[in-house]
Amino acid sequence: MSILVDKLGALTLRLLREMGRMLTFLLYSIYMIARHPGKPVHVLRQVHFIGAKSFFVIFLTASFTGMVLGLQGYYTLAKFGSEGLLGSAVALSLIRELGPVLSALMVTGRAGSAITAEIGIKKITEQIDALEAMALDPFKYLVSPKIFGALIAVPLLCAIFDVVGIYGGYIVGVKLLGVNPGAYFHEMEKSVEWKDVYSGIVKSISFGLIIAWVCCYKGYYAGHGAEGVSRATTSAVVMASVVILIWDYFLTSVLL
Amino acid sequence: MKKASLETVVGIFVLIGIICLAYLSIKLGKMEIVGGHHYEVRGEFDSVAGLQDGASVEIAGVEVGRVDRIALDPKSERAVVYLSINDGVKLTDDVIASVRTRGIIGDKYITLAPGGSDKLLGNNGLIRDTESAVDLEELLSKYIHGKVD
Repeated sequence: MSILVDKLGALTLRLLREMGRMLTFLLYSIYMIARHPGKPVHVLRQVHFIGAKSFFVIFLTASFTGMVLGLQGYYTLAKFGSEGLLGSAVALSLIRELGPVLSALMVTGRAGSAITAEIGIKKITEQIDALEAMALDPFKYLVSPKIFGALIAVPLLCAIFDVVGIYGGYIVGVKLLGVNPGAYFHEMEKSVEWKDVYSGIVKSISFGLIIAWVCCYKGYYAGHGAEGVSRATTSAVVMASVVILIWDYFLTSVLL
Repeated sequence: MKKASLETVVGIFVLIGIICLAYLSIKLGKMEIVGGHHYEVRGEFDSVAGLQDGASVEIAGVEVGRVDRIALDPKSERAVVYLSINDGVKLTDDVIASVRTRGIIGDKYITLAPGGSDKLLGNNGLIRDTESAVDLEELLSKYIHGKVD
């Protein structure tokens, strides 16, 4: 019995320590961004890596998400004889929910894992220690540009996702299933409010922060050897995805 | 050379992203960057049940403006609806404003029936003739309970 209580206590302490370490990691990196934004070329390289290189995977997932929304939405709306509302159904679900979440999940899989692996390998090959030995702050060179780059790239990817998805839904709904093209866009423009677009952008910015934060943190505290990096990469992707989905629920309930 | 290509790629990416963002917020979100292409008129209604801010204002089925806001006049206890009308559209002072429903369960909107007067409504003009929203439930209950006059 007392062993169980001991284990529970140890688990709680470990969790608390981990959470505290994550929070101080975030606060310190935000402080570093504010003090030393870093050279623009470092941030540029991150925007290129996180954003521009994710363009095609985002384009592909967005067009198929929009197309399947068009298909499913048509199937449901046709039961009520209101196929004309397809545009607003596709646009609202993309802008409010699917665009920010799916683009963030894709970026986590494509760029987040690479961020963790990069920082983790620098950690285990003692490159981070070398930076510290030269009195250079590793946050300034490794962490801040990544967080900055993700804050710029992820909302832009989300906007691209939304627009591509809307046109994907257009192709299926209007070209294949024969919805009136005027109705598709008119109903869409009528039902989408500035509030919807705004909440999508806010979500996406916060997801960008979550991705960069969790992935940098996991890499920075990777275990020993190749196995440590592989474990860190896996747990970074899983944790970032889970945190994104949980945070999405709470943010939606606040912003709604 | 390599650095230039990096900058070009990022530039193209950011440009595409910003165009998409602008499309979403201006075309779909109806964010008004430059205001002042509208003027405001108001009308008093007995009931505007179901009418929302941002509902469209139409003449002959063509959208000419939007409902800016809805308030209650404390003295007469009638609803005051402020309409923001596109600048190019001239309204005479005997125009009739009615609250209508699109379809049976659709959105409420306002339709304006032009009059024949020579005087035009200016900014903050008052529409005198109004028709209130038809309350379908009330009509149905009157019909069911047989109180049709």
